[in-house]
Order: sequence, then structure tokens, then C-alpha cells
Amino acid sequence: MTERRWRGDYVFLFENLILKDFKIRYRNMSLGILWSLINPLVMMTVLSFIFVRVFATRDGDAHNQPFPVFVLCGIVPFNFFVGALMSGATSIVDNAGLIKRVPVPREVVPIAAVLSNCVHLLIQIALLLLLTVAFGRHPNRYWLWLPPIWALYIAFVCGLALGSSAINVYIRDTRYVLESFTTVLFWLVPIFYPFSIIPLKYKDIYQFNPVAALVLALRNILMDGTAPPISLILNLTIAASFALGLGFLIFRRLKLRFYEHI
Amino acid sequence: MLPALRFDRVTKTFIHHTGRMLLRERVIEMMRPSRRPRFEALKDVSFELMPGDSLGVIGPNGAGKSTLLNLATGLSFPDRGSITVNGRVTALLELGAGFHPDLTGAENVRVNGAMMGMTRRQVTACFEEIVDFSGVREFINEPLRVYSAGMTVRLAFSVAIAADPEVLLIDEVLGLGDQAFYARCLDRIRSFQRDGKTIVLASHSTELITMLCQRALWIERGQVVELGAAAGVVAAYKATGP
Repeated sequence: MTERRWRGDYVFLFENLILKDFKIRYRNMSLGILWSLINPLVMMTVLSFIFVRVFATRDGDAHNQPFPVFVLCGIVPFNFFVGALMSGATSIVDNAGLIKRVPVPREVVPIAAVLSNCVHLLIQIALLLLLTVAFGRHPNRYWLWLPPIWALYIAFVCGLALGSSAINVYIRDTRYVLESFTTVLFWLVPIFYPFSIIPLKYKDIYQFNPVAALVLALRNILMDGTAPPISLILNLTIAASFALGLGFLIFRRLKLRFYEHI
Repeated sequence: MLPALRFDRVTKTFIHHTGRMLLRERVIEMMRPSRRPRFEALKDVSFELMPGDSLGVIGPNGAGKSTLLNLATGLSFPDRGSITVNGRVTALLELGAGFHPDLTGAENVRVNGAMMGMTRRQVTACFEEIVDFSGVREFINEPLRVYSAGMTVRLAFSVAIAADPEVLLIDEVLGLGDQAFYARCLDRIRSFQRDGKTIVLASHSTELITMLCQRALWIERGQVVELGAAAGVVAAYKATGP
């Protein structure tokens, strides 16, 4: 049992699938693309207000750390992770019509779902960079690290989406498990507190978490103006290769009976 | 010459599952691997089509016609036996499969073309031809949900044929277009056949099959009853009918 080779133009196919997702999502929204900005801005404002004003643990720029940028460095990767993983995980079941009727390579479906979320991501990264500059951090040569670390991160999420979308066909509870998992993850990523306040014995939990790794690397680059430590890059590279490898492996095994189970 | 499509003793079994894809069912299955009832949708089906051949598939509802086309398309896989295809396969299995109601006709043409394996250049080059052939030009920038069933099938057929497949699989959808479109479809299918392309057509319309196909395959309960010249198989099939 092997899937037949699909002969076509993958770039053109992905472009069309991403565009399709994008059009469907925004055609019925009056504010359109602005929604991509509103959610992170609201979250950033609320968290800044609570931690700078209400708890007053961090008084604004006391440590020369603009809190809004600091918190956005956490929100943008986390939001992308949740959004891309959830739409990726449900993508095969959501596209049942396609899976049952069109002989397009199945792997394309969850990957396109993740990549569709990259459209919002780009807008949010633009917002993040804009605020970074607005708060007086100048672009530096370490900004060149941004494309590769984001690429690794996106590859990592693609791997998770491949695996979970295939499992979700057979076990439809998968998406609820993932929802709980992302709720836990919110607290395992240093979104509104710095890595330095985490007690040493718990540091490992964060150290091996790729989402946290990206957040820390972003803060290194954008706020401290330094290169991200090699351990973080290594962490992201290993996580991305491992997730992609395992994701493809699971997907390849499970896709052969998608037709019967959707 | 290589066959365009070859089924070699193909058997396809469906396992009845409760239809509930939940964790609980999976755990129960694992603990008690019961022998769930199996259903053989196709049993030992063999045939071979050379480029230029056209095969009509007939049989009552539930005979396995759709299963056969799904397997040939590569959407599901046989349990035993093998299926060989040489060249690109395009299938018209269901009205507007792969189309999205919120996208316009033009957008759906591009997405569907890409999924069928057309390149950017091919879609751009064929776009006018697709729109002309479908006859839905005035609605091409309207969302698909305002299309009638006939318009949708016309557009779907136009894209499928523009993808220029070596093997075209059609499942009972052509009847939805109007008379004029039907006539143009038949013309197009005939020129397709003259180009040495292969067609498999599942239909309840024995007239359509004798008109378009030289060969016919009659299946019942997943098994081949008769395979041969279309006229003969259709006559035998009709003789058993009510």
C-alpha cells in the first residue's frame, strides 16, 4: 500500500491553498486583516497594565526593559503556536471533502494549515519589530537571526501538526487534549516574567521547551541586542528535526486509512 | 506499450466500525480485539486498459462501482492485489469536490487546477478555455454558492478536462448539466479518446456507456460478472434487470 506519486507544482499548490484559507477567513470580516493586530495588542496592553500598574513588580523601564515589547516577545510565538497547531491538528478532518475526493498529497493539508497562520504571524512580527524600534531599540546585526529561528520554529509546529492531524482522524479527542496542553503551556513559557526569576530546579522544564527557547532568543536579539546562545539554537534545531521526522513518520503510517475513517 | 490502468486481483475490504472515532472506542478495541464484521466491497477484480481504451462500469447500487473509482483515483488502497497507473489521473467523483462555496468560480478554478497538478503557467494558459467551455462566464467572479448544480458540474468538468490527464475517471455526474453542455461534454470526451486517453465511466445510464465506451465491466456485490465489449455486457446486464 503506497500512495501514488503526485506530479504537480508544489509551490503553486501551497500558494493556492494558503490564499484560499486567507480569503475564506477574511471575506466575512469587516475589519479583515486588522484582527491579526488587535488580539496581540489587547493581550499586550492587559498584561502590561496588570504587571506594571496593578502588581507593580516591574516599574516600567526600570531595568531598561520596555514591558510591552518584553511581553509581546512572548505573546507572538505563543499565539502562533496555539493557532497553527490547532488549525493544523483539525485540518484533515475539516477537509474531509478534499481527502475523500481529491488525490492531492495528504501531507500538504496540515502543512498548508500551519503556513496559512504564517500570514498573521508576519503581521504580528512586523508589529513586534515596530514596537521594538518605537521603544528605542535599534535594529542590529543580530536581527539576521530572526528568519532562521522563526523558520525552525515553523518547521517544529509543522511536525506537530502532521502528527496530530493524522491521530485526530482516528481519535477525535486529540484536539481537546491539545487544547488542555496549550493551556498548560501558557504557564510553561516565560511570557510575562523573565527567565531569570525561575528557580534553578525548574529551569530544565523551560530549557527544553522549544516555545520558550524562541521567546528567550527573541528577547536576546530584540531587547538585549545580543546573539541568541548556541544552546537555544541547538534546542530549536533538534526540536524541529525531531518533530518533523516523527510527524512525517506517524502521518505516513496513518494516511493510508484516512479514507475509511473520515 | 504500458497499460494506462491495470487492476490485478484487487480486493478491498471495509471493516465496520462504530463510526465513533473517540478515545474510548480505541481503548476498548485495544483491550478486546474483537472480530468486527468485514465487508468486501471488491473481490478479485482484474482488468487492464491500454491508452485510448474506454471502460464503462455498470452494476446496481452498492455493487462497488464507487469503490473501484476511488481505488483507481488513489484515494484509498486495496487490501490485496495491485493497481498500476501510467500517467496523470483526474477524477470527477462528486459534484464540486474540492470546490469551496465561499470562493469565486475563478478562484476555485485555480485552487482545483493546482490540486490536480497543473502548474501556474498551465492554469493561466487554460483559464479562458475553461471559462468558455463551462459557459459560466458571467458568474465566474461570483462565489460558488450562488451556482446551480448544473453550473458547478460544468465548471468542474471543464477544469478536469483542462488538466489534460492520461486517465479520466467519471462517476455519474455528467447528467447534471443541461442538454447543450451534455452534447459538448460528449464531443470533448470523444476528442479526448481520439488523443489516446483513457476513460473509466461509472454510470447507471447504459445508453451513455454504449455510446462512449468500447468495453464494459459489470460488477455485482464486488465481483466481476462480465467484462467485455460494451454492447454485449450491457445487453446481458439489461436482460437480468426487472
